[in-house]
Amino acid sequence: MSEPLIEVKNLKKYFPIRGGILQRTIGYVKAVDGVTFTINKGETLSLVGESGCGKSTVGRTIIRLYDKTDGEVFYKSIPIHNLKKNELRKLRPKMQLVFQDPFSSLNPRLRVGDAIGEALLDHGLISRNELRDKVIETMEICGLAPYHVDRYPHEFSGGQRQRIGIARALILDPEFIVLDEPVSSLDVSIQAQIINLLMDLQQQKGLTYLFISHDLSVVEHISTRVAVMYLGNIVEMASRDELFDHPLHPYTQALLSAVPIPDPDLKRERIILEGDIPSPANPPKGCKFHTRCPLAKDICREQVPEYKDVGGGHFVACHLV
Amino acid sequence: MAQFIVRRLLQSIPTLIGASIIIFLIFALAPGDYVTRQFENPKMTPERMEQLRALYGLDKPLPERYVSWAGNMLRGEMGDSLMFKKPVISVINDFIWNSFLLGVAIMFFEWLIASIIGIYSAIRQYSVFDAIATLIIFMLYSLPSFFLGLLLLKIFAVDLRWFPVGGMITTGSNYTGWAHIMDVAKHMVLPVATLTLISVGGLSRYFRTNMLEVIKQDYIRTARAKGLKERTVIFKHALRNALLPLITLFTLEIPSLFAGAMITERIYNWPGIGKVVLQAIYVRDYPLFLGYTMLITVLTILANILADVLYGIADPRVRLK
Repeated sequence: MSEPLIEVKNLKKYFPIRGGILQRTIGYVKAVDGVTFTINKGETLSLVGESGCGKSTVGRTIIRLYDKTDGEVFYKSIPIHNLKKNELRKLRPKMQLVFQDPFSSLNPRLRVGDAIGEALLDHGLISRNELRDKVIETMEICGLAPYHVDRYPHEFSGGQRQRIGIARALILDPEFIVLDEPVSSLDVSIQAQIINLLMDLQQQKGLTYLFISHDLSVVEHISTRVAVMYLGNIVEMASRDELFDHPLHPYTQALLSAVPIPDPDLKRERIILEGDIPSPANPPKGCKFHTRCPLAKDICREQVPEYKDVGGGHFVACHLV
Repeated sequence: MAQFIVRRLLQSIPTLIGASIIIFLIFALAPGDYVTRQFENPKMTPERMEQLRALYGLDKPLPERYVSWAGNMLRGEMGDSLMFKKPVISVINDFIWNSFLLGVAIMFFEWLIASIIGIYSAIRQYSVFDAIATLIIFMLYSLPSFFLGLLLLKIFAVDLRWFPVGGMITTGSNYTGWAHIMDVAKHMVLPVATLTLISVGGLSRYFRTNMLEVIKQDYIRTARAKGLKERTVIFKHALRNALLPLITLFTLEIPSLFAGAMITERIYNWPGIGKVVLQAIYVRDYPLFLGYTMLITVLTILANILADVLYGIADPRVRLK
């Protein structure tokens, strides 16, 4: 069970900021600033955090949709960022991605059946005669009807489109799927359907997920382990129960206190964070969270806290722990 | 579809009537007429001028003149050209195909060069190629045709003597067959080069902008994540979507194939409709000018309908009703 499928070591991804008359690089947005974690075979690691904390960038850099700035990513011990273009292309089917926005992630001029089947054909994994049956089979697994195959994306609802997005990832028989906020643009009832579909598929096919989300209720439902990101770094990572029951980092505690509980009589202490998330182009010194941390001390303003194991695979980066 | 076309054709009738009134009024209300141009003739007496005005129907009130002209147009009679002394339709027929020849060559090179530069600049945004292409394109774009035309004429025809200075065929020659084609082609080089260089700038920016917009879409990331060949990603997924707005642009350029280029045809002494119409304006040959303008108006209206129809065919999201 605990055989690592993906290993990420000190991964960094900076985006250049261009400015001036000559469009020179005048700075960097440090979207991902040194993250380290492993994803074990068959598990779901969730990545949570506010908008702009770099969680989508992590997902995209892991499967090399973006080139890294520094660090290493291994898929089954293969260093993904050192592969040549054609080697990477051959590996692509094994690592797939489902996007947040099911409206922009499907090519409007491609019939759904073609969009789903195209990559199989391009990789030479199937003959043209068998393609249609395989596409329809995969669509049915994902809860789509066979007659949908010749329709265009705009003829579908958001939930159906997300099923198409999942079907096109699934048809390549991947081992690892990055789910980049796959349900956050859907209605709650549809969210449940898609989450259940994803969990069923995981069980049947032994899939490994990186689940990126800002919705902690969904995360609690689907995850094996959870990592919390703040401004390009992982601040805390633990198994789901450990993280939800014993959050150690003040940021995690604040996030958890914001999860709505459907009980109007329940009184509880909300931790309200002051201010906005600082700019990743110019992050604060020391612990990046000190500007908003209710417990910040002098040491937090000067020293970067070490990201350490406090026992049982519970990692946290905080001076106060 | 058929219903759409019929409805659009019916809707264009009031447009056509409105356009014809404006065109007629502008030309009729401008000071001077065909007869005043004959002042240069010293034998012209005021009595003779009145006689001529009555002969050409220029003495009647405006509404009456409009109705009789419009009535003739409806019967397909454009009247006789005053300066050529023969039917307008045959004057147009004599010259328009020479302009069409130039127009087709220009359109071909314009779209070919603009698409290559635009697509390549978009794929390599901010590269050296992009910067240099942008600079050159804006330089050419900002040159007026009379300046660039005379410049090319001076360099390549007068100084270097690579190409003839003007006309469509070598004077006094009686080439036939292949020799004739080569002779005309040689005469076409400079006018085609002038107009292509000027128009390529704007169009290549359209290509670049559209490509850039499409390349940023999630479905291009999806295509990359599928592990498709980069060629497939760019040409099948990106270009096919980037071309959609250009269908309209292309179709609306069709009338200009027949419109000629007044200034450039004048500079290179090309026997095209543009040069003839410029002359018609000088001498107030109103039947010829009005006939030509109405022809272009009709072509423009038809091109608009065609653009909508083609867009509906190309983009599955658009339904014509």
